[in-house]
Amino acid sequence: MMTLEEKQQEIIGEFEIFDDWMDKYEYIIDLGKELPLIDKDKKTDDRLIRGCQSNVWLDATIVDGKMKFTSDADAIITKGIIGLLIRVLNNETPESVAKADLHFIKTIGLQEHLSPTRANGLLSMVQKMKMTALLNLDNNA
Amino acid sequence: MTEGTKKPFIVREIRQQFPALRQLIYNKNLIYFDNGATSQKPQVVLDAINMYYSKDNANIHRGVHFMSQQATTEYEKARVTIQNYIHAKKSEEIIFTKGTTDGINLVAFSFGELLSAGDEILITAMEHHSNIVPWQMLCQRKNLTLRVAPINKKGELIIEEFDKLLNSKTKLVAVTHISNTLGTINPVKELAVKAHAVGAKILVDGAQSIQHMPIDVVDMDCDFFVFSGHKVFGPTGIGVLYGKEALLDKMPPYQGGGDMISRVTFEHTTYNELPFKFEAGTPHIAGGICLGKAFEFLSELDMDAVQKYEKELAEYAQDMLDTFEGLDIIGEAKKKTSVVSFVVENIHPFDIGTLLDKQGIAVRTGHHCTQPLMDFFQIPGTVRASFAFYNTREEVDIFIAAVEKSINMLK
Ligand SMILES: Cc1ncc(COP(=O)(O)O)c(C=O)c1O
Repeated sequence: MMTLEEKQQEIIGEFEIFDDWMDKYEYIIDLGKELPLIDKDKKTDDRLIRGCQSNVWLDATIVDGKMKFTSDADAIITKGIIGLLIRVLNNETPESVAKADLHFIKTIGLQEHLSPTRANGLLSMVQKMKMTALLNLDNNA
Repeated sequence: MTEGTKKPFIVREIRQQFPALRQLIYNKNLIYFDNGATSQKPQVVLDAINMYYSKDNANIHRGVHFMSQQATTEYEKARVTIQNYIHAKKSEEIIFTKGTTDGINLVAFSFGELLSAGDEILITAMEHHSNIVPWQMLCQRKNLTLRVAPINKKGELIIEEFDKLLNSKTKLVAVTHISNTLGTINPVKELAVKAHAVGAKILVDGAQSIQHMPIDVVDMDCDFFVFSGHKVFGPTGIGVLYGKEALLDKMPPYQGGGDMISRVTFEHTTYNELPFKFEAGTPHIAGGICLGKAFEFLSELDMDAVQKYEKELAEYAQDMLDTFEGLDIIGEAKKKTSVVSFVVENIHPFDIGTLLDKQGIAVRTGHHCTQPLMDFFQIPGTVRASFAFYNTREEVDIFIAAVEKSINMLK
């Protein structure tokens, strides 16, 4: 099992080969197409995170002390980035999700998508992931 | 300036005057197709901003000293430049505001004070949020009714329906001159005649027209005309409300403070005359002066030629886009200009916008502050390319290739 940090490093390594923005986005789009989708019956309003530009659905559960995320978005690039976030945070304990410093996003040049002004729901999604983790911390304590 | 002295319209020369256009974005030459959101600034405006703060900076209308008088003169000169440009009868009819939104809110408050329960305001289905929400607020405050004239699928106002909604209770028609989302040009002159026939006034939202065509408020016979400086090659934070003098005279002030008063005692205050009655507090002096410079710049252009050029550019882009499978143009009015909005089947506008950005092309995606319009077309948003006279056919060609590439990547 890789640590959260190792997973981030692995993604950074994958992105190092791209020196062109369009190649990078081609890869993100592919990831978006592969994203394991949230179950249809879970695409409910309470799982919807409305962005000004695009919408995101997130389901967060906890199984055997590990967090499980499934998600969907109406924009494919958003979906691709979600895929990366989930890859890093899935199967982690609530504690490590709550504490996670997702620095890889900046290193691979996608921080604009997580800026508060981007309004694509991604930042709120990360906040929701962490909130869920925090709530589960309290429950376990 | 008379017609004869206007310079011939040569795009290459005009571009030279806009330094912001000469930059690399992600190592690509910037292609700026987001002029509907805001325009770039010519060197004369940039120089004037610099000049104002480095030399002339002083408060206006209240100083005895040289710099204050200098600044006042320049500020008032700008007012006259704008008056002349839009052919208003008097400079008193030119009120400096913060922008279109501010101008509409001023009218909604101040003209709104003259209205009473049961009166009606008529807008159209293609209005920007800033020409919807202030009227909703007024309607709530004064118990008025807001009516919305529908549009057809091409994005044109349905005149017969407009006529049906217009009646003796209608006190104001508030309509956009050009739709920022669709590019539709509304027949505002004709609407003014109709409004006046039932005793209503008409406000024209000129946010998207002032930069694209000659404007003559007397010929248009509108009662109010509002626009933003930043969309017409001037600074942000400054705009204009034109209003007919007799009407402005009747309206109470919008905000109280310095500059808008004639005499203040604790018991009673009398208000200053137009235009100062509506300009409380220290205004955006640099903004006003530099907006004047933007209009001096525009006065030297042949706006008829500009209008023709921009229309051709938009049509060229639209015709090319129309050939893409699964691509729908949103807004196909017979009379439209400078804006091309589109959606692509099964592809989110945000994705196309993001990929265009990475190719150095600035467009806008989303609902463009016209959510009811998006609901009407049942789409989440569009990709919008909006042009200015400094854009070129070569840029459109690059844009078209970039759209094609983006669609292929996203399919
Ligand atoms: C038609 C229209 N009206 C009003 C506005 C609001 O302008 P501002 O935000 O400059 O006040 C805009 C700007 O997008 C517009 O396009």
